[in-house]
Amino acid sequence: MPKLKVNDIEVEVEEGLTVLQACEKAGAEIPRFCYHEKLSIAGNCRMCLVEMEKSPKPIASCAMPVAEGMNIKTNTAFVEKARKGVMEFLLANHPLDCPVCDQGGECDLQDQSMFYGVDKSRFKENKRAVPEKHMGPLIKTQMTRCIHCTRCVRFVTEVAGVSELGAIGRGEDMQITTYLEQSMQSELSANVIDLCPVGALTSKPYVFEARPWELKKTETVDVMDAVGSNVRVDTYDWEVKRVLPIINEDINEEWISDKTRYACDGLLTQRLDTPFIKYNGKFEKASWDEVFKIIKSKFENSSKEKICGFVGDLTNMETGYIFKEFFDRTLNNKNYDSRSDNRFLDNSERENYIFNSSINGIEDADLIFLIGANPRYEATILNARIRKAFVNNNTKVISLNDVGDLTYSYKNLDGQTQTLKTIFEGSEEISKEIISASKPMIIIGESLLKFNSAEHLFNLIKNFLKKNNKFTEDWNPLNILSCDASTVGNFDLGILNNEKNLLEELKSNKFEIVFLVGQDNLDFNKKNEFVIYQGSHGDKGAETADIILPGAAYTEQDGYFTNLEGKMQKAYKASYPPGEAKEDWQIINELAEVMNNRKLFNDKEELESSMFNYLKLQQEKRITNIKEKTNLEFQNEKLNIQLKDYYFSNVIARSSKTMVECNNSKLNIKSTGTEG
Amino acid sequence: MSLRRPAKNQPETFEFSSSSMEEADKIVLKYPEGKQQSAVMALLYIAQKQNDNWIPLAAMKYIAKFLDMPYIKVYEVATFYTMYNLSPVGKYFVQVCTTTPCMIRGANKLVEACKEKISDKENELSNDKSCSWMEVECLGACVNAPMMQINDNYYEDLDKEKTIEIFDKILKGEDPKPGSYRGRLNTEPENNRKTLMDIKNA
Repeated sequence: MPKLKVNDIEVEVEEGLTVLQACEKAGAEIPRFCYHEKLSIAGNCRMCLVEMEKSPKPIASCAMPVAEGMNIKTNTAFVEKARKGVMEFLLANHPLDCPVCDQGGECDLQDQSMFYGVDKSRFKENKRAVPEKHMGPLIKTQMTRCIHCTRCVRFVTEVAGVSELGAIGRGEDMQITTYLEQSMQSELSANVIDLCPVGALTSKPYVFEARPWELKKTETVDVMDAVGSNVRVDTYDWEVKRVLPIINEDINEEWISDKTRYACDGLLTQRLDTPFIKYNGKFEKASWDEVFKIIKSKFENSSKEKICGFVGDLTNMETGYIFKEFFDRTLNNKNYDSRSDNRFLDNSERENYIFNSSINGIEDADLIFLIGANPRYEATILNARIRKAFVNNNTKVISLNDVGDLTYSYKNLDGQTQTLKTIFEGSEEISKEIISASKPMIIIGESLLKFNSAEHLFNLIKNFLKKNNKFTEDWNPLNILSCDASTVGNFDLGILNNEKNLLEELKSNKFEIVFLVGQDNLDFNKKNEFVIYQGSHGDKGAETADIILPGAAYTEQDGYFTNLEGKMQKAYKASYPPGEAKEDWQIINELAEVMNNRKLFNDKEELESSMFNYLKLQQEKRITNIKEKTNLEFQNEKLNIQLKDYYFSNVIARSSKTMVECNNSKLNIKSTGTEG
Repeated sequence: MSLRRPAKNQPETFEFSSSSMEEADKIVLKYPEGKQQSAVMALLYIAQKQNDNWIPLAAMKYIAKFLDMPYIKVYEVATFYTMYNLSPVGKYFVQVCTTTPCMIRGANKLVEACKEKISDKENELSNDKSCSWMEVECLGACVNAPMMQINDNYYEDLDKEKTIEIFDKILKGEDPKPGSYRGRLNTEPENNRKTLMDIKNA
């Protein structure tokens, strides 16, 4: 490991690091615009100039690899002058419009010119003006402000994997644009807004909404997909103004998908803010006491077998747990489920429904086999990780179906489950590849699990991997790609019923009372059922309801979510529920009090500790409860991936105006066919 | 700089002719497997030659597909280099050198001739759309100044009358003779050579 001196402090760093990284290790801060840890090195902004002994000129520290015996100085008059010079050049063409720029207050250029710049300009000529570019419904451009760091170009090419941005022209005429100004077709496109060190690319839906110092910032997790990206929610009073990523190297690195970022405007519309009762097909406002009394009498007047309950895809674990407790203890009934389809699930082992190799593990894998999954739309951030593995390690990716552009190349098979069967019976070329791979990953999508022969195939795959010793201490090749934020949490809590097919019974109208908690995806023809809907948005579930209990969205209550890897993360309260709406656990707790004159839990803490106890017990029980299954039916089916519409996959996204615009821009591109 | 931005009127399609294709294939073969994208500059030039000295967007798309690379990457290259013309410049593309040596020898007269015969402004097509002119920096024929380049040929030792003559021929569709217009062979001194007299073919 090379040793070098930074400002007379000796540091020892790994081979291959840059001088900039070494300086950071020595505690010397280096200003930069174009350099970014996650992107390739461009070295074109020249802001990171430092002095190196024996070099007559300053060196660009971001592009210079460390070498033994270097003597770097970052605090000399020479460096200061170099920085001032670079800053002056950068500002020569940069407009002085900070008061009307959305980046103001969180602008790298603004901050760094305060620290390293000069207070006046010698540039008397006219500044250049660059026309604005169209980059789709999410990115607002003001290209006169651009300093050509090319972070955005490198991001879309390297991380997002859609080469749509580029720098055209040269010298003073250089401009950053998409090809002929088409909107960017990437689910990660809005990350360029965070990357842009100036105000050239800013957020279109957030334009002129607020200044960063006015916002209350809450670090929490995202629920738009099952990945559980770490985000920061910025609120202004009640309103969620924007969602930004925070770094979590194990999950989302530094990126979030456009849906995570922009579905937040759905939190402001279509909200349920007061309890409603349906009289003669019309909803009328009511008080909590009224609705609780009605619910109580309904529950008391029907037999307990005729009551069922479903939990939705965005509910936190506390809600799921108290819902289950409510059924177990108050209603004395086990008719509850968290699945909205006939998805196969063997919850005897936890590994049967989580992403066992972990998201970080993707980078270690040497073979990835996608079965019935389209990670680009089902888990965008995870797909970016697969692309990273593909680019860095040339990881081989196979997909059973042709799922379109995944931003990396893969081999696709015919999509027949028969093919899958022969592969995992061990007689195909791919079987050998899986056997010879040291860390294979089998990623099973929810689409496969909805099949008639899902159980057969699932066990076949698992047994094949077991037989070939692919399960080792540090590697588990079996991965289930869940799509929804609360799926894994609900399975951990055992909110499912494998003895009865509740969905079939619901569809054949066998129940009298249906209790939906945030569940909007059920397809059933309502006859005489009395439907209670508890949730945050007026969507499909609320439409069918007879009584609506207004709940809180994920930004309005503390609650745990377990992501697809089985990592439990807490979402924090950033805002509060609108109107008379309450936190979800509270509603069920109060309902239980009305029913039995006794709350289920005295407070949230008691609920949480009880939930953790339950999870612990469940985990211990599972270890002793493993059974072998054989003789399952198989039938050949053509595997079609049933994707939920990406931009409308849950109630919040469906209420979001921005998501509608995204969808429209995507459809436009498809229909005009300008790309061909 | 109007030639650096794509023209408004664009042809719908573009395809290499068989001779261009042959040339392109030859160039692509020069690069190692997987590095074919390096051929983009040469291919753009072939397309420009084939298409009356300018590159339409359709050609960029065609080349992007030909080399299996994103459109924007080809677009970046085509907009970066000044010798790619992205708007029509006519079948005869006149480039008049106006750098110092040519300027001293009267390049402005050549420019006057262009203005009279072709069009008032640089980069503007002549009335019959067959010709346009532009001022360029040094073309490396200072010994024969003033000079101009029409497509692949150099016309040297010019003055205003001779330039007009050349344009007249071009506009009629004839091919004027390239080289010196004062009877010089290449860059030999005027009025025969003065040195190396004993070497016949020097």
